[in-house]
Amino acid sequence: MGAIQNKLEGPVTDELTLVQAAKKGDDSAFEELVRRYDRNVFRIAQHITQNREDAEDVVQEAFLKAYSNLAKFQEQSKFYTWLVRIAVNEALMKLRRKKPERTVSLDEDIKTEDDSLPREIADWSPNPEQQYTQAELREILSKTIQGLPPGFRTVFVLRDVEGLSTEETAAALELSVPAVKSRLLRARLQLRERLGRFFQKRESGDGNQ
Amino acid sequence: MKCSEFLHELTNYLDGVLDEPTKAELENHLSWCHNCYVVCDTTKKTIEIYRDSQLYELPDDLRTRLRSAIMTKCQQYKKRGPETV
Repeated sequence: MGAIQNKLEGPVTDELTLVQAAKKGDDSAFEELVRRYDRNVFRIAQHITQNREDAEDVVQEAFLKAYSNLAKFQEQSKFYTWLVRIAVNEALMKLRRKKPERTVSLDEDIKTEDDSLPREIADWSPNPEQQYTQAELREILSKTIQGLPPGFRTVFVLRDVEGLSTEETAAALELSVPAVKSRLLRARLQLRERLGRFFQKRESGDGNQ
Repeated sequence: MKCSEFLHELTNYLDGVLDEPTKAELENHLSWCHNCYVVCDTTKKTIEIYRDSQLYELPDDLRTRLRSAIMTKCQQYKKRGPETV
């Protein structure tokens, strides 16, 4: 069982060249940055807000904010990490407006270590996702991740779906590395347990596995 | 290594950032502890399923519309200044 491979695209040097050109007023360079990262920002926004229209708003607001604050961008971190930070904040603000009764924060209370010990340890069927149609699988994955607190699903989507490193995730969320690791473990284990309801081996013994 | 210690290292193991001695200890634990093996394997599958799911992909038509709206707003900002944002 090896390590999970990350999928991050786009060479960093090109990004910096585009950012510097955009800073000098080259809008086509900025448009190229939009083209490069709009899919990522949309995915992140929809994972956090769980609402398509909100995600569309977040994409627009995040890029516009990046554009209008470009002069303040320090070029010490990657533009993408900076953009993700803006988008995450916009997405969390949307959630707060919708659910004012619940504080939505990345610093949600983390309970003691013990509650992350998996209770459910039944094995899954081989290739469990193939038991469902694409549409059913999307529904399952979407419902499952919705059940996670926003702080957990934000860390999970940045780290495991978008492939940011632990350090980049920490920088984008202004969290410490240990805090990212702790939330990531909990998010992964909670998702695993919830998905188990759909993917566990059937005990029927019909021998078709 | 105890099961709780395995769990503590699980994220580092899946991310491939464990030092060799700890990794060897963990893999030794997995070789005889079926429960931890299942947790490790299904957690890895969870990550892979989400990563490969293409959940919330941006459709091409919406993408074009969003990009055009973004660039229009950026140009308005440039022309008229911050009060239009």
